[in-house]
Amino acid sequence: MKKHRLLEREGVQALIASLICILLGVLIGYIVLLCINPDGAGESIVNVLKNFMTYSKPATQWKKFANTLAKTMPLVLCSLSILFAYKVGLFNIGTAGQYVAGACACLYGALGLQLPWYLCMLMAIAAGALLGCIVGILKSYCNVNEVISGIMLNWISLYTTNTILSKVKESTSPYTMYINKVNPAAFLPKAGLNKLFGGNEYVTIAIPLTILIAIAVGVVLNRTKFGYELKATGYNKNAAKYCGMAEKRNIILTLVISGGLAGLGASFLYQTGYMRWECTQSSVPGMGFNGIAAAFLGGLSPIGTIFSSYFIQHITDGGAFVNTNMYCAQISDLISAVIIYLCGFVLFIKLTIRKLLAKQGEKAAKKAVPAAAKGGDR
Amino acid sequence: MLLLIQYTLIFSSVLTLVALGGCISEHSGVINLGLEGIMVIGALGGALVMSNLITTLSPALLVIVAILAAIVFGMLYSCLLGVACINFKADQTLVGTAMNLLGTAGATVFVKAMNTAANPDNHSSEISYVAARERFMVNIGGFEFNWFMLLVVIAVIVVFILLYKTKFGLRLMACGEHPQAADSVGINVYKMRWSGVLLSGMLGGVGGLCYILAGVSLWKFENGVAGFGFLALAVMIFGQWKPLRIAVSALLFGLFRALSNVYGGFDFLAALNIPGNVYNMLPYIISLVVLAFTSKKSRAPKAEGIPYDKGQR
Repeated sequence: MKKHRLLEREGVQALIASLICILLGVLIGYIVLLCINPDGAGESIVNVLKNFMTYSKPATQWKKFANTLAKTMPLVLCSLSILFAYKVGLFNIGTAGQYVAGACACLYGALGLQLPWYLCMLMAIAAGALLGCIVGILKSYCNVNEVISGIMLNWISLYTTNTILSKVKESTSPYTMYINKVNPAAFLPKAGLNKLFGGNEYVTIAIPLTILIAIAVGVVLNRTKFGYELKATGYNKNAAKYCGMAEKRNIILTLVISGGLAGLGASFLYQTGYMRWECTQSSVPGMGFNGIAAAFLGGLSPIGTIFSSYFIQHITDGGAFVNTNMYCAQISDLISAVIIYLCGFVLFIKLTIRKLLAKQGEKAAKKAVPAAAKGGDR
Repeated sequence: MLLLIQYTLIFSSVLTLVALGGCISEHSGVINLGLEGIMVIGALGGALVMSNLITTLSPALLVIVAILAAIVFGMLYSCLLGVACINFKADQTLVGTAMNLLGTAGATVFVKAMNTAANPDNHSSEISYVAARERFMVNIGGFEFNWFMLLVVIAVIVVFILLYKTKFGLRLMACGEHPQAADSVGINVYKMRWSGVLLSGMLGGVGGLCYILAGVSLWKFENGVAGFGFLALAVMIFGQWKPLRIAVSALLFGLFRALSNVYGGFDFLAALNIPGNVYNMLPYIISLVVLAFTSKKSRAPKAEGIPYDKGQR
């Protein structure tokens, strides 16, 4: 009986559904590898899942783990951005572009304007929020579908960013300049955290900050009047309006916050020096789209996204460890795409679990009925 | 100038085909955000035929087989949308997005594997079809006429007749407006929605093939189709879900897309010295502005995006 009660909990059902998605996703990835070349498929899929664990030395493993962790933080923020908007009934696919805008702002602040790290970070938030605001205004005042306007803005912001960041790029390569050579003050402070991870230079205050933000998003959505108002607007815009809520303001505000989160995500990656922007990039970085996978895989819970983001980033980095003589690193993208697709079935999986539970409950009730009847005779 | 007209026509052909696909699907009640992925997979089907069968098939047959391959690939891929959204009542936005990511990732993995198998040092995701591309073109005094331009005109007429003049089309649209009412008079809503999705897969696949043939003779599948599926949706909204208006609005969007290819050929545009990125952005900016002005009084099918549940009548 106790097991049943556990299964009846919403969170447990979500977890089971996510695990099923992951299992099936990895399985399909494995089958694809088998089809390409059966010789190395097993080894390669294990390497994708092992990621940094393929290194033999524990010290190296620990340091590489920190690399994945550092890259997870922007992904967590992107998926929080998706999640926040989704809870209000908006599918903010523009997260990808808001992330790009954030990268543009913080890198230009760091390299062009030589600002300290906190100002660069604020600029990144502002840039993401601005793009989100545009989507919000178009949605609430002009009834433009946020998915389509989001996609359009993704491309606009990509080309704008390429143009702006070309001003601070190295003359010999398409990449932006190194932050440590131009303005080391723009790096996020490490606060000694890097010592915990074998001196990994990419570990910064971004990690604790991200976790705090995830908790804060959860609190705002579930424990405050503001969060309830936003969710009510998402459930039924007209009802919210009827109750005296400023439904237009709520939609815009949601997308502003969502965009700000995505922009901050970019700052947490580019201000660690982990990556540089390539000014000839011809496609929008996948971070925002992976955020969709992470948000849904995490069962749309802010804390859940931390774990699901880590998983997605883990297999994305793990893609580098496949046997490149036979396969390509994009197999990870394929697996995460399959996982997103399968997340569409989460509702169905949950319903199935509930149906099974209900059937068992009925059986138990039938057994209980004769017993109760006997009890009545006495 | 001739070049501008040529590119405008070919890009608007792509947009029209894909937007018609989106239009049929939405009229049946399913929002097809996965058009972008369908285009990639359709293009892949066509490209495979073009690169592998170029020596065995006669020119006319090659064109037909390539288009058929794009249709089959597009329709098969659209089944992913149908299964999830019609039978399992999944979130259509989520599934569409997943299909876009899956289309690009899947095509990349596939083409890379194929290239690597042929030549272990080749890790690119490109398929080249230089000779095959010429089979689609007829050169008329410097103007490259593309068979797709004719195909599009036929497609517009056929879709128009199908939607407004046949029993099937009217029933299909009923399922997008009020599926419960349609069901109550004996129309099978699931079947109708499935046909809508499959038809959109067919048109999207052909559109994808048309897109990769538009200006280049080799395609890098890592790049996907650069938001063209979504531009087509913008065209569809601007065209108010009506085939003829879609064709006209596709011309407008096609013009701006073509500008980014040929702006260097115009003296007065080149003299303005605007960076190329601005021209790249132009189609997207225009569609945002256009959407802002046209979405207010939208004539979208009323029940689109809502999974049909027979039990909820």
